[in-house]
Amino acid sequence: MKIGVFICHCGENISRTVDCPRVAHFAEGLPGVEYSIDYKYMCSDPGQKLIKDAIREHKLDAIVVGSCSPNMHERTFRNAAVSAGINPFLVEIANLREHCSWVHDDVEAATEKAIELVRMAIEKVKRDKPLTKIRVPVTKRVLVIGGGIAGIQAALDIANAGYEVVLVEREPSIGGHMSQLSETFPTLDCSQCILTPRMVEVYQHPKIKLLTYSEVVKVEGFIGNFKATIKKKARHINEDLCSGCGLCITKCPTKKKSYNSFEENLAFRPAVYVPFPQAVPNIPVIDETVCMYYKNGKCGMCVKVCDRGAIDFEQKDTMLVADIGAIIVATGYKLYNIEKATPESKYKGYGEYGYGKYRDVIDGLQFERIASASGPTAGEIKRPSDGKEPKKIVFIQCVGSRDPSKGISYCSKICCMYTAKQAMLYKHKVHDGEAYVFYMDIRAGGKMYDEFVRRAIEEDHVKYIRGRVSKIHEENGKYIVKGEDTIAGMPVEIDADMVVLATAMIPQDNAPKLAQTIGIPYDKHGFYNEAHPKLRPVESTTAGVFLAGACQSPKDIPESVAMASATASKAIILFASDTLEREPVVAKVNEDLCAGCFYCKKVCPFGAIEVRDIKDVNGIIYKEVAYINQGVCQGCGTCTATCLSKSIELAGFNNEEIFAEIAAL
Amino acid sequence: MKPLTGGNMRFGYYPGCSQISSAKEYDLSLKKVIGNLGVSLDELDDWSCCGATSGHVTNHKLANGLAMRNIMLADHQGLDNIVAPCAACYNRLILSQYETFNHPEIKSEIEELLSTKFEKDIGIFNVLELFMKIGLGKIVENRKRELSNLNVACYYGCLLVRPADITKFDDAEEPTSMERIVEATGAKTVDWNHKVECCGAAHSIARRDIVVDLSKKIIDDAIAHGANVMVVACPMCHTNLDMRQRTMKKVYPGHKEFPVLYLTELVGLSLGMNEKELGIDLHYIDFKYDDNIIKNTVA
Repeated sequence: MKIGVFICHCGENISRTVDCPRVAHFAEGLPGVEYSIDYKYMCSDPGQKLIKDAIREHKLDAIVVGSCSPNMHERTFRNAAVSAGINPFLVEIANLREHCSWVHDDVEAATEKAIELVRMAIEKVKRDKPLTKIRVPVTKRVLVIGGGIAGIQAALDIANAGYEVVLVEREPSIGGHMSQLSETFPTLDCSQCILTPRMVEVYQHPKIKLLTYSEVVKVEGFIGNFKATIKKKARHINEDLCSGCGLCITKCPTKKKSYNSFEENLAFRPAVYVPFPQAVPNIPVIDETVCMYYKNGKCGMCVKVCDRGAIDFEQKDTMLVADIGAIIVATGYKLYNIEKATPESKYKGYGEYGYGKYRDVIDGLQFERIASASGPTAGEIKRPSDGKEPKKIVFIQCVGSRDPSKGISYCSKICCMYTAKQAMLYKHKVHDGEAYVFYMDIRAGGKMYDEFVRRAIEEDHVKYIRGRVSKIHEENGKYIVKGEDTIAGMPVEIDADMVVLATAMIPQDNAPKLAQTIGIPYDKHGFYNEAHPKLRPVESTTAGVFLAGACQSPKDIPESVAMASATASKAIILFASDTLEREPVVAKVNEDLCAGCFYCKKVCPFGAIEVRDIKDVNGIIYKEVAYINQGVCQGCGTCTATCLSKSIELAGFNNEEIFAEIAAL
Repeated sequence: MKPLTGGNMRFGYYPGCSQISSAKEYDLSLKKVIGNLGVSLDELDDWSCCGATSGHVTNHKLANGLAMRNIMLADHQGLDNIVAPCAACYNRLILSQYETFNHPEIKSEIEELLSTKFEKDIGIFNVLELFMKIGLGKIVENRKRELSNLNVACYYGCLLVRPADITKFDDAEEPTSMERIVEATGAKTVDWNHKVECCGAAHSIARRDIVVDLSKKIIDDAIAHGANVMVVACPMCHTNLDMRQRTMKKVYPGHKEFPVLYLTELVGLSLGMNEKELGIDLHYIDFKYDDNIIKNTVA
């Protein structure tokens, strides 16, 4: 066997701490090595050409590349090897960057370690066997989780390309947070006006199956071949019979039984409700927790008034199962709550702003509802406590955001813009009012964004104060806002009528749970992780699962929409061929050795292991063994490590290969 | 609440400089009240400065060294905990111990400086925690009179509850533990805005104008919310809120005297002790407990 060794400098990333020529020279002398060389950028075009030429010229059988992590360029070097006629699985990567040069600073010791890493890879590649890629069929249907603007955009793009979409939304209507907004920056166009036509389009699209008031409870399988279980919660309204006339809602006697969450608790709603008049679908739901019928079996007013007989108190949750090829997660965000948190919560709340006890200290979404023409005040700016028009209003940015002591270190990104917009809307509606904004920095990066903020300051005379607010307290119906003007170097005190807090964007409460259901990683805050922060921003690390919108990190509308379209194109790319290539790095059971303990079945995180009967010539079962579904196996190796009889081997990482690597150390 | 190690009722006592000078009455009333509740304090032998105010803003090593020396003494005396009635002492001791145990480089530096090894985590308690440990039921049991005509504004100041991640006994912005103790005496508490606002602290000496303004706001807010007496657990706060009322009267001619008591004095009154026993007569603003107090003090 002739082996080629290629040591990359990675510019200076590796060569700064590893003496690359020495490593290459050392490898040259090792048994089996035919050719060894170092080069500045092995991943570059000339670098790859160097590998290809060497393979052809020296008739190499296998190669070892000493470079960055295999996560980064294993595929690059495998492709180069394939084009020169070598099986891609006869390419080994010695990670000289993440595992060596980046984590050490002593050149001598790091070079020694690099040599060891290369020697190990050489011993492994000697025993590597050529493997052929597995081909699996693709189900050309996408599951979109979340019906906000990101989910809507992704669903429409995919459906318009001719593929089927199942759109699952937890709330009774699609629309998400965007449907709550009054007007949008930087153009001040009405949010509902641009959103609702798209919502209707989703509802009417023949390729989109819309499941509202539903949640994804289970996801099995793998890219191209997922199986999703969706719980459709009981609406207690027969969707086929309901005409959306709304008579049940107007006649329901429980008018003020619960807070209206769409109105951010600034209004009430009856037990039977649609979240908002433009809801899609326009079919109400009955809230069991407040409905009189569920309390004492009486009332039934809605049944009496519904001439279509659509009310169904007996309706139960139903489970639906769908075959899915790709998943787009677009579950959005929620806002930081300033109320006193439980001791175990990582968020602390804001005691200095009253822990939510002051009724006129509201958050950004509440202000959106107050400013919205369809909101609880019909668009007139009135404060919640007494309905008076606030003549002095204070906006505070970065509430929660950029404050590790409150549990959040990141910038929520959209608050500078929406605060400027809200202050502007206030000034447009209350001409004699004064608006103040406390800010840390103004982050208005984006097309026409900084111009928009300047307009708020220069044309609408919103007073911007650079500094933090240390305390808000109530005094005779006014809210005393104490802060610091760091530019003037002075403490300031404003007796405001109303205070709007731009609270941080945080992940939905159940974001980690959904991530575990789907099998995607998330960060310490609960935002879903992209596969690569720069080059794969809309993919999760799980193949076939894509991320759109604020579930990945705080985002505004244009960014969410762009991301959504990107995920749609990723799904469409996946569907361009009828079968999918999968890595052949899968586990296989030696049926002669398998004792049938099925510990492997218990530990397999992907449910890839089944029970197979072994029959004698007469068709009588004499043994049960484990069988690994190669389409489902992800090659994690957990079963291999667990197997007591050592009867499972992982292709590309079998015992012989691994032990040879260790022995070379 | 930090557990009381050993499960006994033995408390180490670190008085600090104020307790033997400007806040004698705090020391006096604390010892009287605790004794009455059947608990004794073991004063640290040869205790020294905690490093507050000038020490800890001058030199980090000095600050930790001074505080840790006292913690070392407690360990040598076989004590599991220290009660530090002064909020600044409390803060210095608990912070230095936290830094020492959480930063190996600080630990080795201080161990070298003091020629000792720190192994035991000594419980550092302020007076609020001390009452909580003793049990509020004890106060109720031994109560000789119900102070039900007192409307108390509980003032915590800045240091008693901060930093909350380290002091770990109450909310930093909306603390309520002092209210629970005061309510055990039968007195009423008022809900007010300025319980953790700054009194001006050590500016008392160099910038009296600042202190007078800040302390005036605190007193006014207490009065506006119906209080007829304020209770504190910090000698510095007491100095600013009690003694500086004399200057306050000059700067704000309409200012009416408002009594400010130590928490221990209030508890002492409910246990039946008189003003002289508790040292209340040493205050600048007179306070005499009688049943007509509401009429006398509220404007």
